[in-house]
Amino acid sequence: MRKALLALLYFLAAAVALAFLTLPMLAIFVHVPPGRLIDQLSNPVVTDALIVSFKTTLIAQALVLLFGTPTAYLLASRRFPGRSLCITLVELPLVLPPAVAGIGLLAAFGRFGLLGSSLGSAGITLPFTQSAVTIAVAFVASPLYVRQAIAAFEAIDPNLVAASRTLGAGPARTFFRVVLPLARGGLLAGEALAFARGLGEFGATIMFAGSLQRVTQTLPLAIYAEFEVNFDVTLAISALLVLISAALLISLKLTSLWQPSEQTSRSRFAPLSSS
Amino acid sequence: MAALRADFTLPLRSFELELALEVEGTVALVGPSGAGKTSVLRAIAGLVRPPRGRIALGDEVWLDTDTRLFRKPDERRVGLVFQEYALFPHLTVQQNVAYAGKQRADEYLERFRISHLAHAKPTALSGGERQRVALARTLARGPGVILLDEPLSALDAHTKGTVRAELQELLHELGLPALLVTHDFEDAAALADQVGVIVDGQLRQFATPSELVDRPTDAFVASFTGANLLRGKARRLDDDMTLVQLDTGELVYSTEWGEGDVGVVIYPWEVSIGRLHQDDSAMNLIQGEIRSVTAVGNRVRVRIGPITAEVTASSADKLELTRGGTVYASFKATGTRLVPLA
Repeated sequence: MRKALLALLYFLAAAVALAFLTLPMLAIFVHVPPGRLIDQLSNPVVTDALIVSFKTTLIAQALVLLFGTPTAYLLASRRFPGRSLCITLVELPLVLPPAVAGIGLLAAFGRFGLLGSSLGSAGITLPFTQSAVTIAVAFVASPLYVRQAIAAFEAIDPNLVAASRTLGAGPARTFFRVVLPLARGGLLAGEALAFARGLGEFGATIMFAGSLQRVTQTLPLAIYAEFEVNFDVTLAISALLVLISAALLISLKLTSLWQPSEQTSRSRFAPLSSS
Repeated sequence: MAALRADFTLPLRSFELELALEVEGTVALVGPSGAGKTSVLRAIAGLVRPPRGRIALGDEVWLDTDTRLFRKPDERRVGLVFQEYALFPHLTVQQNVAYAGKQRADEYLERFRISHLAHAKPTALSGGERQRVALARTLARGPGVILLDEPLSALDAHTKGTVRAELQELLHELGLPALLVTHDFEDAAALADQVGVIVDGQLRQFATPSELVDRPTDAFVASFTGANLLRGKARRLDDDMTLVQLDTGELVYSTEWGEGDVGVVIYPWEVSIGRLHQDDSAMNLIQGEIRSVTAVGNRVRVRIGPITAEVTASSADKLELTRGGTVYASFKATGTRLVPLA
């Protein structure tokens, strides 16, 4: 009797939680007829924001991959004093409130910021430009990728790297033929997370880059800007972002399925988790 | 064949590895786990850098701390076969073998009878097959020396015998200096011309397998070679005989010289077992309960009190040896060795 009651309580709690988490997303799609949502997608505010968002996110992701991958490999494969501190510093933007990130970026790269005058004398002004959006996105999204990449690199059996070296491969060949293919699943997962986080960036962007249509107005900023102007547009953008996020999440789950977890040598680390 | 000479010190977690070794033919390093055996191989392969020493293959110097010379692993003609083989899981057998040298890969696939597995992934292979892939991959690189880390420990008992024989033949055919490490003295004796016993980073004895059995320098070497080691106090009786009072109470006569705390070394095959008190030339007699009976191939290992005897399966049948019965174990005074105990 008591057992059945407990099971019922579990069931109720799960039902409430599930409804609570899915209802807002569902509401976006049913608030107005789907036809009206699709019509709104051709609104110039939406198309402009879509272009700004994808352009800045893609450039930011390229930068994150280019700088984040070697950083993660270094932090995963070397033991040196201050390593934990480095990892903590890399992770800090993750827990930082986005508005604080925006203020930090202004204080560093703004016209009156730390590097502002040096940038200014080189003829570079960052704030309220599209580059500022890219920087804000890279700043908030990169820790997600680097963290996941460190875990992916650490999960590789060090004997496989050693074997490659004793088979005559130098560090570069070892990295591209052994390390990178084995870490691929984890790196893709990290990249998907960083992409999703970057696409949804709001706080740091609005502080550091402002919200100028066609220049710095990304999809989330457009939602905010159109909120009191045209609610249908905000709904359309939201629906679009829900779909993109869902697609990213599903592809993330799929990559974790086909990452090479098979090891012929015993690993000193636990297998890589999917998130 | 150029010999490998290694002489270096390497600090490890709880002791310092100190080793001077010349490898010509096949040399085995045996010792308990944690003795630093694998570190020896890693130092020779260049995966760790000893702070002091010199490592050279013939005229090729790989490490010389005096001249600050250190060659990276990929700049040494070294073939290291890892304990769990470290095959690349994302590559096929063919790609694994071709990793070091494309041109000779097919030749080695053929030679190790793994051509039919060329497109399989390592995870789909049995232990014996994995080892053949690992050996093929290592040799395809064209090394001047072969290093094997516990080459037989990842195999089950059934495959082990076959693989050991194959490995023996291969090492002989290759004619390369080979250094293998193992915790199993029997494997070392079967594969190597010379065996070094290493404990806590120090080489205790370096000799041929039969010399190690005949003349162990200390108690550890003796017990490692599979001998019984009985502790006791020795007292000279006359020029030819020493009497040892074992810690377990029994008395043992030995024709070896000894004094004070000693270990009596007796090989199991020197011990005979009887149901009755026998009056033969064996001076030593230990009466005891049979504590265990273990079949090892066509022989049987019988544990009587403090001592292990090895007899043929047929005599074990004849004596009806079973756990719990009381028997007499006898051995000659000339069959014992005395080693000092620290």
